[in-house]
Amino acid sequence: MTFPLIASAIKVFVVFNLIMVGVALLTLLERRVCAWMQDRLGPNRVGPQGLLQPAADGLKNFLKEETSPAMADKALFTLAPIISFVPALLTFGVIPFAAPLPTKWGLVPMVVADLPVGFLYILAISSLGVYGIVLAGWASNNKYALLGGLRASAQMISYEIALGMSTVAVILLAGNVTLSQVIAQQQQAHVWFIIPLSVAFVVFFISAFAETNRLPFDLPEAEGELIAGYHTEYSAMKFSMFYIAEYSNMVTASALMATLFFGGWDIPFTTWDSTGDPRVLKTLLTLLVFGAKTFVFLFTYIWVRWTLPRFRYDQLMALGWKVLLPLSLVYITLVAVAIWFIRVRLGWEYGTGMALVLGGLNLVLLIALVYWLDRGRIVSGSVQEEAA
Amino acid sequence: MAIGVKVMKRPTQQTSYLRATLKGMALTFSHLLRPKVTMQYPEEKSSKDWTLSSRWRGTHRMLTDEQGRAKCVACGLCPQICPANCIKLVPGEDEEGNRYPLIYEIDEFRCIFCGYCQEVCPEEAIHVGVHYENSEYSRDRFVYDLERLSAQTHPVSTLWDPSDPKGE
Repeated sequence: MTFPLIASAIKVFVVFNLIMVGVALLTLLERRVCAWMQDRLGPNRVGPQGLLQPAADGLKNFLKEETSPAMADKALFTLAPIISFVPALLTFGVIPFAAPLPTKWGLVPMVVADLPVGFLYILAISSLGVYGIVLAGWASNNKYALLGGLRASAQMISYEIALGMSTVAVILLAGNVTLSQVIAQQQQAHVWFIIPLSVAFVVFFISAFAETNRLPFDLPEAEGELIAGYHTEYSAMKFSMFYIAEYSNMVTASALMATLFFGGWDIPFTTWDSTGDPRVLKTLLTLLVFGAKTFVFLFTYIWVRWTLPRFRYDQLMALGWKVLLPLSLVYITLVAVAIWFIRVRLGWEYGTGMALVLGGLNLVLLIALVYWLDRGRIVSGSVQEEAA
Repeated sequence: MAIGVKVMKRPTQQTSYLRATLKGMALTFSHLLRPKVTMQYPEEKSSKDWTLSSRWRGTHRMLTDEQGRAKCVACGLCPQICPANCIKLVPGEDEEGNRYPLIYEIDEFRCIFCGYCQEVCPEEAIHVGVHYENSEYSRDRFVYDLERLSAQTHPVSTLWDPSDPKGE
């Protein structure tokens, strides 16, 4: 009885620290990749290749003055960074990050909490983070901060729906909301969900950018127009908390994309990792693969940030409500019909065959989508057609 | 769209957000791999693309003769021409009737680095230098006296030559 408790405590400790270190390195990576994309070198002075830069930044933030606006709501002002910080870390708890680890006392699943409702938990907790932003905007008693908070809530509502809808397809196909089961299914079929559900992935990918408030969806911050949006009034560690929250959200979203659509810790083109006895080497290798998949998405986040300009507010709303929402609704209908047809009429179980058939359907839909989006000029704003 | 905005009819490839996005992503990625232009300053002070110009006008230097004395004859032309009024010169005369500066100070904070002092100097004594690393711990260290001006070793500016405007 005590073993699972101790194992959980150790896992919590390790995962927490891994995320914190990961977030720290991510801030460095962001600055360096940004610099490289602008033909600069970026911070490379503190430690080898600037690796200690995050430590220096953290130290600076600890030593800075905590300012508190005179007219701010003190309690909420203090609470807001915590509210945005905690859910960002909590969400990672249900994501399996490696094959189970065999120990002397039994098998340890490599997930902090293998909740049966795993996916619903993520949807529930990840949307709590926006409360931190809205409260920060409100409590600061600053018009720019309030505007940032308002935008954050509007954006979150718009894109949370599309995000949820796109994952319904995954749940339909997996028939389960437990993330470890979702991964197991992808391993058994030897086809990741990206093939049978590629349109869902596109919707999820775009919504995830909006959910994490990253460019081109960083309207709550919007340096140019809202100064710094909801964290205008924050300084020192409180500001740092928002920063860490943003990056942990990125890590979680990336890990989620890897889990739902790219087989989680599954090593591609092998069955060695999911069959046979659990081994320590297996755990380490799968952890590495999971890390690599997550890293690819994290890099994409940074890459997109330093490429695209920010959306205008009406473009943001148009994309959310006029494109992603109807798209995901139609898509769910089609996928549900297809899955029902294959399962019930043809009597197939989920496997490579079914995945490929669905993959073909998705390819057709994807081509249609790209063709329509390309010509529909949904978010092209100033070049709208003349009225007839 | 606001009323009265004239909207051009453009072909799809010019208005497609999707294509523009992909193009932009490809561009930023190509930049990721290109050679960087940053110079690692304290270690690397000039590169093949960039060196400090020989016409650079930095902090001053007083040239000296073979005996190590300043070439200055205290004629008073440089404080006269100085538009920032930053040169303080008190002339003196020795037993043989040679003029020399008793006090020669340049306030480098006042100086606007126009280089007129170098241009006007008949003895080619005072020069502006090709030099830019001037940090000090206090403000009064920026008033350079004669001894300090003579002790500088950095190269002197060639200034702009009207007969050779491109520096060839």
